[in-house]
Amino acid sequence: METSQLSRPGDSVIEVTGLHRHYGGGTTGYHAVRGVDLTVGRGELFALLGTNGAGKTSTLEVVEGLAAPTGGSVRVLGLDPFTERAAVRPRIGIMLQEGGFPGELTAAETGRAWAGMTSGARPVAEVLELVGLGHRAGVRVKQLSGGERRRLDLAVALLGRPEVLFLDEPSTGLDPEARAAVWRLVRDLRAQGTTVLLTTHYLEEAEELADRLAIMHGGRVVTTGTVAEVIAGRPSRVSFELPAPTGAAGTALPVLPGAEVAVEGRKVTVQTTTLQDTLTDLLGWARHHGIALGALDARSASLEEAFLAIASEAAHQDPPQTPAAPARPARPARRRLIGSAR
Amino acid sequence: MTTAARTAPRAAGPQSTAAGPRTTAARRLLALGRAETTLLLRNRTALFTALVLPLVLVTSLRSTLQKQAESNPGLDVHSLLVYGSVGMALAFVVYYNLTAAYVGRRGELVLKRLRTGEARDLEILLGTAVPSLTLGLLMAALIGIGGSLGLRLAVPVNPLLMLIGLGLALATMIALAALSSAFTRTVETAGITTLPVMLVMQLGSGLFVPLEVMPGRLADVCRLLPTTPAFQLIRLGWFGTDGSAAPTGFAGSWGAAAPHLATGTVWLGLAVWGAVRYFRWEPRR
Repeated sequence: METSQLSRPGDSVIEVTGLHRHYGGGTTGYHAVRGVDLTVGRGELFALLGTNGAGKTSTLEVVEGLAAPTGGSVRVLGLDPFTERAAVRPRIGIMLQEGGFPGELTAAETGRAWAGMTSGARPVAEVLELVGLGHRAGVRVKQLSGGERRRLDLAVALLGRPEVLFLDEPSTGLDPEARAAVWRLVRDLRAQGTTVLLTTHYLEEAEELADRLAIMHGGRVVTTGTVAEVIAGRPSRVSFELPAPTGAAGTALPVLPGAEVAVEGRKVTVQTTTLQDTLTDLLGWARHHGIALGALDARSASLEEAFLAIASEAAHQDPPQTPAAPARPARPARRRLIGSAR
Repeated sequence: MTTAARTAPRAAGPQSTAAGPRTTAARRLLALGRAETTLLLRNRTALFTALVLPLVLVTSLRSTLQKQAESNPGLDVHSLLVYGSVGMALAFVVYYNLTAAYVGRRGELVLKRLRTGEARDLEILLGTAVPSLTLGLLMAALIGIGGSLGLRLAVPVNPLLMLIGLGLALATMIALAALSSAFTRTVETAGITTLPVMLVMQLGSGLFVPLEVMPGRLADVCRLLPTTPAFQLIRLGWFGTDGSAAPTGFAGSWGAAAPHLATGTVWLGLAVWGAVRYFRWEPRR
C-alpha cells in the first residue's frame, strides 16, 4: 500500500487536538471522547477504527461540526467546523451512520432537493450514476434496499464535490459486490485529491483503503499510523496440536529464542517476532523426533490480530467505565462484530 | 501551501464538469419547500385533515353562531363566520399539520441528515413549513375573499393590521408546532398532543365563540391566551372592532390594536424561546 506523498506537515486538512466530548451534565453524564489527537493531511484517507462505544462517531460528529467539543480544539480546512460552519459546510461532504431521507420521495427527488441546498452541486443523474443508482432514480426511498439507501446517502455526500469527505461506516449493510464498488469509488475520489475520514467496523476495509488509521478504545486513540506501522512489532503466531501422549519419554518442546509458548492440553500457541527462525526450529525439532504436528498454522501479524491484541491490552489497562446512564444508545444488534472474511 | 501537486487523475466514473451555483438561503428554502410540498401531496391523510376538517368545522361554526345570535342580538354572524373559518383553517393547516410534519421528519432522521448540509437550523424549520404555510394562506384567502364577496361583507378597515395579525398568528403557530413536536413521539399521537393548543385556539381565541358573548371575566382571561392577540388583530383590521367596543376606522384601529400587539409579541417570544429550548432534531431513544 502506498502512503500519501501529499501528507506533509503543515498541510493538514483535519486537526484534532485534545478533544473531549461529554454527554449530559455532572456525574451522571458520559465521557465519550477523552483526549483525542488526530491529524489528516490533504489527500489522505484516514480510517478510525474501534470497538463498539469506543467514541468513533462521537469524535466524527464534532469534527463534522454537528456538535461543539466539550474540550480541546478541532480545525477543518483551517476553520472551526462548529462556529464557522457556514464557511466549512460548502467544502465538505458528510455521510452519517444512519442518514434519513423521506420515504415518499424518489431517489432523484431526494437528490434534487439536496442539490438545491448544496453549493456547486453536480447534476443529480450524474451522482446517482456514480454510486450505481442510476437505474433506481425513479424509485421511492422506502422501496430502496438498505444498501441502496446507503449509496443514496453517499451520493448526497458527493453532490458538492467536497474537498473533505466524512464517511461514518459507509459499507455497513452493503452486500460484498456493493461494498467493492464503494471501495472503488472511495479510492477514485482519493486519487482525485479528496481527503477522506472514515470510520469502519471492517478491518479489511481499513487495510484496503487507508493511508493511515487510528484505533480507538474507551474514548482514546490507542494506536495510530500506517497499516504497516500498526502491525509492526506485533508478534506472528504459530499454532499446532501435539499428538496424543504415547507414554514415551516426554519429548520436551524445543527452546525457541524470542518466542512465547503457551500450552493448553495438546494445543500449543507460539507467539514470535521472528517467524521464520521459530518455524525452522520447530519443524526441525518435529522431524528429528518424528512428531506430526496437527492443525499446523503459521501466520504473520495482521491488522485484525493487532486490533484484537490492542483492544484487549487497552481493556486490561483501562477497564471500560460503566456509566450510570449512558447517553449513547446501544447499537442496533444487526451490526456485526469486528471480524473479516479472511 | 500547494494543492496542485497531483497530476490529473482518472475520473471516478461518468462525470461532467457541470456544477450548480453557490446556494443562498432562498434557494435552500425553495428546494426544501418543493420536496415538502411533494410529500404533502402524497400524504392523503394529512391532505384530508388539512382540507376537509376545517370545512366540517365551518358548518358547525355557522349553527353555533346562529344560536349565540339569538341570545346576543346584534352579533354579526356573517362576519364572525368568515373570520372564524379563516382562523380555523389556519389552525389546522399550519399548526396541526406542521406539528405532524416535524414529528415525521424527525422520526425518519431527515432533520438530523439535513443538519449535516449547508441549510441553517431556521431554514430547515421554515423550509419544512413551506407547504403548510402556502396551503394555509391559500385556504384563508379562498375563505376570506369568497366569504366576503358571497356574504357581502364590508371591505377591511385596516388591511395592514390584518397582515400584521396574520403574520403574528403564523409565526406563533410555527413556533408552537415546533414546541409541540418536542412532546410528540409519533405522527399518530400528534392528534392528542396538539389538542390543548387546538382547543385554546378555537375556543379561547374568539374563533368558535366570540369573546363578547363570554362572561366578562372569562373573556379577559381569554384575551391573554397565546394566540388570541394575533386573531384579535386580524379581526380589528378587518372589521374595525374586536367586539369589545364600537367599530372604528383605520386610524382608530391602531389604538385598539396596541394591547393585542403587546401581548401577542410577548407570546411569540415565549413560543420561540420554548421551541429553541425544547425542539429535538433526533428521536429520543
